[in-house]
Amino acid sequence: MISAIMSNSQQWPYVIISYVVTLGGVGLYTWRMLAKARKLGKQVPPEERPWT
Amino acid sequence: MTTWRVARLVAAKDLRIEARSRVVVNQVLPFSLLVMVLFAFALDNDTVLTRVAPGLVWLATLFSMLVLVQRAFAVETADGALDALTVAGVRPSGLFLGKAMAMAVQLVVLEVVLLFAAIVLYKVDVGGAGIVLLVTTFVAATTGLAFVGTLYGGLASGAKGRETLLPLLMLPVVAPVLIGATRATEAALGTNGASPSEGWPWIGLLVLFAALFGAGGTLAFGTLIDA
Amino acid sequence: MTTPTAPNATPNDTVDRRPTSTRFTRALGFSALIGIVWLVVFGLFLSPNDLEQGVSVRNMYIHVPSAWLAYLAFIVTGIASAGYLFKRTRSLQWDRIAGASAEVGVLFMGIALVTGSLWGRVTWGKYWTWDSRLTTTAFLFITYIGYLAVRDLGGSHHQRARRSAIIALFAVLEVPLVHFSVKWWRPLHQQESVADGKLSGLMLFSLFVGIVAFTLLYVWMVLHRLRTLTMQDIVDDRGLDVALAERRAEGIVS
Repeated sequence: MISAIMSNSQQWPYVIISYVVTLGGVGLYTWRMLAKARKLGKQVPPEERPWT
Repeated sequence: MTTWRVARLVAAKDLRIEARSRVVVNQVLPFSLLVMVLFAFALDNDTVLTRVAPGLVWLATLFSMLVLVQRAFAVETADGALDALTVAGVRPSGLFLGKAMAMAVQLVVLEVVLLFAAIVLYKVDVGGAGIVLLVTTFVAATTGLAFVGTLYGGLASGAKGRETLLPLLMLPVVAPVLIGATRATEAALGTNGASPSEGWPWIGLLVLFAALFGAGGTLAFGTLIDA
Repeated sequence: MTTPTAPNATPNDTVDRRPTSTRFTRALGFSALIGIVWLVVFGLFLSPNDLEQGVSVRNMYIHVPSAWLAYLAFIVTGIASAGYLFKRTRSLQWDRIAGASAEVGVLFMGIALVTGSLWGRVTWGKYWTWDSRLTTTAFLFITYIGYLAVRDLGGSHHQRARRSAIIALFAVLEVPLVHFSVKWWRPLHQQESVADGKLSGLMLFSLFVGIVAFTLLYVWMVLHRLRTLTMQDIVDDRGLDVALAERRAEGIVS
């Protein structure tokens, strides 16, 4: 599997986009999940939470 | 009442309903033929069509099956018939097997018609060498499809907003059947230079699939139709 | 029956800013973050270019871990679903674990598909191809999106749990299908290169960092999602209690 298609410098943008999509996707999902948790947390006091 | 007797009664009921209403014959079959014609319009190339004919036949079968499954369960949800059966204590496994058998019969009819359509429209050649393989393919694939359709149809029936779920749930699951049936049919018909002997491993896949969903469906159907 | 507390009661501010946090998850999250930083450092800077693939081999350090974590997540969903269905261990907690893990799994699978596509564009010249592994992976992805849709069909928590557990047990069978599909038909996707040992030391290490970092991340995300789902179920149940209480109160007043 030899990559004669692109030179190294042409390949970097693809790699960067990969990392950005990955970390960005994880970050976005985490952000929204924690925001939802904060909203629900207001309705469920600590005494009712099984993990605290 | 044994499960087998329940299954026979349910299958007979479903087929009798179809014989009287003729929904499959009048609506589903024309739809599937239409799909075959549309494929021809889209691909617009005789040699290509003959080459991909096996795949198109099974693709048209899958699309038509979605309508078939919806219909099979529409007769149950009208007037709450399915709920009545469960409340009456009918064994869900018998219900599952019965509906699957009826669906298999309707599917086979559908597939035979589609095969003839392929012979006519796509100039497919059905030689003598692969007939056994062809028939086995149809039987094995149909059994698997009937089991999956009944199982997921039971889930997707009933409350609003569920019917649209059926294609999304079912089509990925029947992908192995599509692949296996197409390859086996290609081998049986000699498309692309395939010989019948290459088709038998795919039959193995189809049988495995059918066994899996037959067993799983028999066990799980009761839980899935439970609202 | 307890009367529900006022929805805006906030006794302790820090506890409420991060309601699903515990000491364990904070430590875990911190480790995951360190792992991600290491991954970026090793993946993008310290590891060498590949002789054949050049720079694009760096895609592997996130593509492979995300694919493996997706498989792990779906297997966990299958196990948790079985855990729910067995009468002796039946508990909605299993159902929530199944749901949380499936969500994170779908996320990682999506990431794997995107990063793989970008990798393929460089190595094979195309964003997508219909070889066995990619096709079965795409089906796996769609299947679990369907699973998540089934979880939202409504009904009681136990109905949701029963339905999705059955779907999950069928769906998890697609994971070995993806794995073995490469051996069975039309392989274009790389054969198991880690097992072949073609990778140099530093590259192998970067891949290892990626796997560890993503695993920590997976556990952290599932824990938080699980707790969020638990709170959601509590609120749903309470909503039902409130509705019942109000209904009964109507009868008394008249």
